[in-house]
Amino acid sequence: MAYTATIDPEAAGKRARAVKSGGAKDARFHGVTLLASVGVVAIFAGVIASLVMGSMPAIKAFGFSFVTSQAWNPVTEKFGALASIYGTLTTSFLAMAMAVPIGIGIAIFLTEICPRPLRRPIGIAIELLAGIPSIIFGIWGLFVFAPAFQATLQPFLIELFANIPVLQALFAGPPYGIGVFTASMILSIMILPFISAVTRDVFNTVPPTLKEAAYAMGCTTWEVMWRVVLPFSRTGVVGGAMLALGRALGETMAVTFVIGNAHHIKTSLFAPGTSISATIANEFSEAVGDLYISSLIELGLILFVITFVVLAIAQLMLGALEKRAGGVAA
Amino acid sequence: MKNMRLYNKRKRRNGFFLTLSVLAALFGLVWLGLILTSLFYNGFSSISGDIFTQMTPAPGAKGGLANAIMGSVLMSTLAVVAGTPIGLMAGTYLAEYGRYARLSFFVRFVNDILLSAPSIVIGLFIFELVVFNNPDSYFERACIGLLGTDYCPLGHFSAIAGALSLTVIVIPVVVRTTENMLLLVPNGLREAAAALGAPRNAVIKAVTWRAARAGIVTGVLLAVARISGETAPLLFTVLGNQFWSKDLTQPMASLPVVIYNFAMGPYEDLHRLAWAGALLITIAVLALSIAARILESSRRS
Repeated sequence: MAYTATIDPEAAGKRARAVKSGGAKDARFHGVTLLASVGVVAIFAGVIASLVMGSMPAIKAFGFSFVTSQAWNPVTEKFGALASIYGTLTTSFLAMAMAVPIGIGIAIFLTEICPRPLRRPIGIAIELLAGIPSIIFGIWGLFVFAPAFQATLQPFLIELFANIPVLQALFAGPPYGIGVFTASMILSIMILPFISAVTRDVFNTVPPTLKEAAYAMGCTTWEVMWRVVLPFSRTGVVGGAMLALGRALGETMAVTFVIGNAHHIKTSLFAPGTSISATIANEFSEAVGDLYISSLIELGLILFVITFVVLAIAQLMLGALEKRAGGVAA
Repeated sequence: MKNMRLYNKRKRRNGFFLTLSVLAALFGLVWLGLILTSLFYNGFSSISGDIFTQMTPAPGAKGGLANAIMGSVLMSTLAVVAGTPIGLMAGTYLAEYGRYARLSFFVRFVNDILLSAPSIVIGLFIFELVVFNNPDSYFERACIGLLGTDYCPLGHFSAIAGALSLTVIVIPVVVRTTENMLLLVPNGLREAAAALGAPRNAVIKAVTWRAARAGIVTGVLLAVARISGETAPLLFTVLGNQFWSKDLTQPMASLPVVIYNFAMGPYEDLHRLAWAGALLITIAVLALSIAARILESSRRS
């Protein structure tokens, strides 16, 4: 029996129309998604443009001296960012110095030492803590940590280092409780869960065969960590730390509560200071005068540039790791 | 015997460093535990029914946080409603149409920067864009012409400005999770749908979105968690309001800003309210993250 294909012209036309309209709808949808991703870039460009435009008056008035001057006087309208920049950099680097080794220690604990049934719960707890908003750390720092620190550890440290040449200057002055050191402590506690979570994830990208091979050669756990896992995941660990540094640099609330908001640079870490974000948060809604507002926006611009550089480096390092991990898996 | 010495040395070193890492873990967990304990202790001892029914008080008066809670919920909702579609579309572009496009590499990079950019800078951006608008600008005149002086949000602090700054924070979170989740959808599904003759938009809407739904919802939940404690960008976009206000073009109270103002002030009873607010935010954030986690694991199984 021969099968003869009959083409119903009406159905064919319908199908052709459906294909055509489907194509048009697809093109439209493609356009919408493309527009949205261009929108993301537009937001980024808008942030930069608005910061640059907003800080123009201050850039014109102070020029480069804005970043080298410590002056901050709303009455005479003399503004300089040095004290804020100094505070931002010191608090972030101190926080990193405390949080990175401890964070890596936690990651080693979670990947190698922790009894298996506890690994997931502790890991989840750390991830949950990484999501707690910074204002919580700020309020805790102000009401709980600072008074306790002032009453116990701070006088002890001042006493302890009183006769040691360099440390004597770093840990000098009356115990205020709040100050640059306290802000760094709070900051380091805040970024700790973040560093631990990222580092643990990076450690988990190390192929088990590498570790097993090292164990089979008779390496101790520490040797496996130090000579196999860390070298393999070095870029990722550094990238994760840079990501955390980016957070610490831009962190506002945890710092603003406890740094003391004093526009000067003191050698002592126990003295009150300020940071870029703390200055903006504290003074912005009360700032009057175009030059004052513009100076605060220029501070924001400086902060954005610093964090941009740090985050960009972090992206590149983590991106490189992703490629390599992909290569190993394949 | 030299071998034995070496062996003992290696063993000692191993024990030493492993002890250090256990101590590091203990140290870190103790701090985090301390924070949570004092938060729950102070928070629960300050919480009462008044929190949910009374307005934020002046110092010395009795009051609650009702207007601040309402403001936070309202602005977060607006931000999620505005930010999710944009983030979803952009994430879809990155994972589907433009997976290997040169533009996508740039968008991914910019998005990841925005994801961790300081939120206070986002606040400055919206301040420049909305609040600090030159009254003579074409932009503002067009807005007033279109909406009338009463409804134009430009030129002053407003809840809309606050919601906008939160939207800018929501978008990158949703973009990132959407892209990641769509990339996990096996290509076989897409090919099967395409083989049936479905155009690409139909494949995406009916197949890949559906397959990645739980993951995408997880991303949205995480975005909500992220913005519910966000303080810095709200300080100079919505300002704050002591009273119950539902007017989006006017300043509005919000929980984080109220916590900040009350905690920085000298009044003991306002400190208690700040603790209560901090506890509410933490519970909300933890609940959202746990919900996201449960969704995620249900997707896996």
